[in-house]
Amino acid sequence: MRLFDKPAHVLHDMLVNKEITATELTKDVIARIDEVEGDVMAYLTQTREAALAQAAAVDEKIAGGKVISFLEGIPGAVKDNICTKGIKTTCASKILENFVPPYDATVIEKINAAKPVILGKTNMDEFAMGGSTENSAYHLTHNPWNTDCVPGGSSGGSAAAVAAGTAIWAIGSDTGGSIRQPASFCGVVGMKPTYGRVSRYGLVAFASSLDQIGPLARDVTDCANILNIIAGHDAQDSTSIDASVPDYTKALVADIKGLKIGLPREYFVKGMDADVEKAVRTAVKQMESLGAEIVEISLPHTEYAISTYYLIAPAEAATNLERYDGVSYGERVDGADIVEMMTNTRSRKFGKEVKRRIMIGNYALSAGYYDAYYLKSLRVRTLIKQDFDKAFEKVDAIVAPTAPTPAFKIGEMVSDPLKMYLQDVCTVPLNLAGLPGISLPCGFSNKHMPIGLQIIGKPLGEETILRAAYTYEQSQGFYKEMAELGGKKA
Amino acid sequence: MKYEAVIGLEIHSELKTKTKIFCGCATTFGAEQNTHVCPVCLGLPGVLPVINKRVVEFAIRAGLALNCTINKFSKFDRKNYYYPDLPKNFQTSQYDLPIAEKGYVDIDVDGQKKRIRITRIHMEEDAGKLVHSGNTIKDSATSNVDYNRTGVPLIEIVSEPDMATPQEARVYMEKVKSILEYIDVSNCRMEEGNLRADLNVSLRPVGTTALGTKAEMKNINSFKAVEDALAYEIQRQQEVLEDGGHLVQETRTWDPDKGITLSMRTKEAAHDYRYMPEPDLVPIVTTDEEIAAYRKALPELPDARRQRLETEDGLSSYDAGIITGSRELAEYFDAAIVDGADAKLTANWMMGDLAKNLNAEGKTIQDSPVDAKRLGQMIMLISKGTISSKIAKKVFVEMWTSPDAPEKIVKDKGLVQITDTKAIEGIVDAVIAANPKPVADYKGGNTKAIGALVGQVMKQSKGKANPGVVNQLLKAKLDT
Repeated sequence: MRLFDKPAHVLHDMLVNKEITATELTKDVIARIDEVEGDVMAYLTQTREAALAQAAAVDEKIAGGKVISFLEGIPGAVKDNICTKGIKTTCASKILENFVPPYDATVIEKINAAKPVILGKTNMDEFAMGGSTENSAYHLTHNPWNTDCVPGGSSGGSAAAVAAGTAIWAIGSDTGGSIRQPASFCGVVGMKPTYGRVSRYGLVAFASSLDQIGPLARDVTDCANILNIIAGHDAQDSTSIDASVPDYTKALVADIKGLKIGLPREYFVKGMDADVEKAVRTAVKQMESLGAEIVEISLPHTEYAISTYYLIAPAEAATNLERYDGVSYGERVDGADIVEMMTNTRSRKFGKEVKRRIMIGNYALSAGYYDAYYLKSLRVRTLIKQDFDKAFEKVDAIVAPTAPTPAFKIGEMVSDPLKMYLQDVCTVPLNLAGLPGISLPCGFSNKHMPIGLQIIGKPLGEETILRAAYTYEQSQGFYKEMAELGGKKA
Repeated sequence: MKYEAVIGLEIHSELKTKTKIFCGCATTFGAEQNTHVCPVCLGLPGVLPVINKRVVEFAIRAGLALNCTINKFSKFDRKNYYYPDLPKNFQTSQYDLPIAEKGYVDIDVDGQKKRIRITRIHMEEDAGKLVHSGNTIKDSATSNVDYNRTGVPLIEIVSEPDMATPQEARVYMEKVKSILEYIDVSNCRMEEGNLRADLNVSLRPVGTTALGTKAEMKNINSFKAVEDALAYEIQRQQEVLEDGGHLVQETRTWDPDKGITLSMRTKEAAHDYRYMPEPDLVPIVTTDEEIAAYRKALPELPDARRQRLETEDGLSSYDAGIITGSRELAEYFDAAIVDGADAKLTANWMMGDLAKNLNAEGKTIQDSPVDAKRLGQMIMLISKGTISSKIAKKVFVEMWTSPDAPEKIVKDKGLVQITDTKAIEGIVDAVIAANPKPVADYKGGNTKAIGALVGQVMKQSKGKANPGVVNQLLKAKLDT
């Protein structure tokens, strides 16, 4: 029996009932990696030996009759922009090619305390800048549903691994849609929690006021369980929210009767893929038939979200990435003096997209331009947030597409960054407003590529969107289907 | 044309918190290189700052002591510039909403009072230290960075350009130092770089109000250098202007060995710091109640203390000014007089023999071999008449090297003043007999001649005779 195709909660029960061992499970997922990783290429670093040792320890614990927690013994993967002590953390950038953090991110400490099996670090767009994982300085990652297509990004490695069965679960980060969009492209569930719900300490910063860590998993149940582990206040992150963490699995109730769900007209944009629109509208009908009340709403400043995001995020990125100068860690390219050394290091070790955003960000922050660009974008950000505040006076949750298209072909958009940026239209408003959102499968395109449904919640409204997502998910079977990967299906 | 100088100071002061501004590393000076470091102050990928609450508290205290308004809503910003001692290549500082604004300090220069306005006080992190193989970064084959100082908390106190002379600038900086010491927020050890100033100076024709082209001299870390650098720079600018030349706005360095300033960079090459709000820290919100509590907890400040020493202890304004000039001196004084020693006499001794001895050995008041208690005891011995002021000088010298109480020294060395008339009478008689000339002079109407006789008696008594008694006895015998 193959195990890699099962969600974590099923595997957990099998471990508890001693139907399988963690070692068998880990070996099966490693075997899956051997089978398909050549086609998918989701990982940047694999930690197989450590993974098998972790599995053995869990087996010993189970044999000793001890109770195990949810993730214990279940193999997963972590995006390569989250610091792992003793394990290379490159952000898929040449500038951190050999960087081994001397510390664990808070989220890794929390995950490690739950004793899962960690298989490695996953590929991503360099410094999380991109929506296709094509900006990785190391290699492409392929969409398991069609390896000619991108997996989305920037958490493309994490989403592809979960979809290919080379990880049961994964951790990603979302600055403008980087968990939700690849989840949508790869047909898995991905969640961006409320800004501040999960500690950012140890997440290599892209845009500090937008970055948030979250889970990618096979289904909503796994998502809720992983959120239970990673959520919570952290004294090392001043922006983390000091609020108690509910048991998110209590929200896994198949009942949305009377739930008011908003449908924002601005999210069904011109040029949107017809299959996506159809799948999302069908899902909305389905939710209505399950008892939800669908309310058409307006989020009038949505059209400014992309330009606002592409000023704020690069501005923050420009300062966050200043530290990569070749002085005390990371790669160094020598020069005649310190200025030349720093210039050479940054010119040669940063990729094109990263340099583009650093340029945009520094321009926006420059004397004489600050008011016109950065300050103005902060004001628009407030307006976008107020749109949501107003909407949430009337509704409990909002549904929308996650991305305007299914996964596109590798190379299709690399020459047109602006078109690529427009991919983020449905996801960036949440980051600007700090809201939680979940993407879950809601159907397939005519080429059988997955389509994602996005459910958006109020600040700290994770329970509501988990309940809505769970109810919808359980009413249909899209989440059960896994990518075939050229006949290499289980 | 006559010119006048316009001077403003930016004083940087390290705060004496135990830990750094954004992490838990120790701030101890002089530790082995790169031992007080962690991922946060090294600026490693992924780290986040967490504000040390003591830093905010100290900055607010400084703001209140310098008569500032405390901003109830304050925030941090990133000041971006590349330098190898700055691990993040931005300094977390404060830009448009500093913790304190609009204060002032009153200074006293040669009896003239003057108010120097303070524009703002903001909090920021210190940078690391470059250790070059050569003298400067330019002529070094290699340079290393010591990150121990990275993240040590600083406040920057920015003055208005209210000073007109190097002396005023020095006195202002001394006053700020003294206030920071009084409120116990900084060690102010200038030799360790705890306190340093950027000096801004420009000239303008006397009687005009528009500001001239300024030069800035950075990181001046002694009072002497403040005065010397400004004096040189004023002279230099004046010569340029008098020769019909044009000044350029520039940053200059002060070379204390050569006693000159040199151009570092001009305004054209100035940084655009691209300030932006620090997204990793939340704004600092302070309530009226908290500000009131901080104000209430402030200790007595130099001006109030000086006033008290003048009115309650009867010190002259000058003496009170010197005694309260530093917290240590003022505390020494209070401790010396607490058991009843005469205040004026104590002040005289502190500014006299004590200061002389400390200076000679390069010691500060804190490591004075004669502590406040023993000085007070000695002064009480003078007041009681147990020893004369002259003998006291001998006792003081003994005390400098001996830990004994002054009373014991006086007893052991037999320095007790002789006030016994009978004991002195014999010497007086002998001196009168042996010195017929001064005796005759005195009797002939030259009353000053008695001085020589007193001197003889004192000499023969080895200084122990009470001079008052000697005088009395001599007069009694010669006048009959």
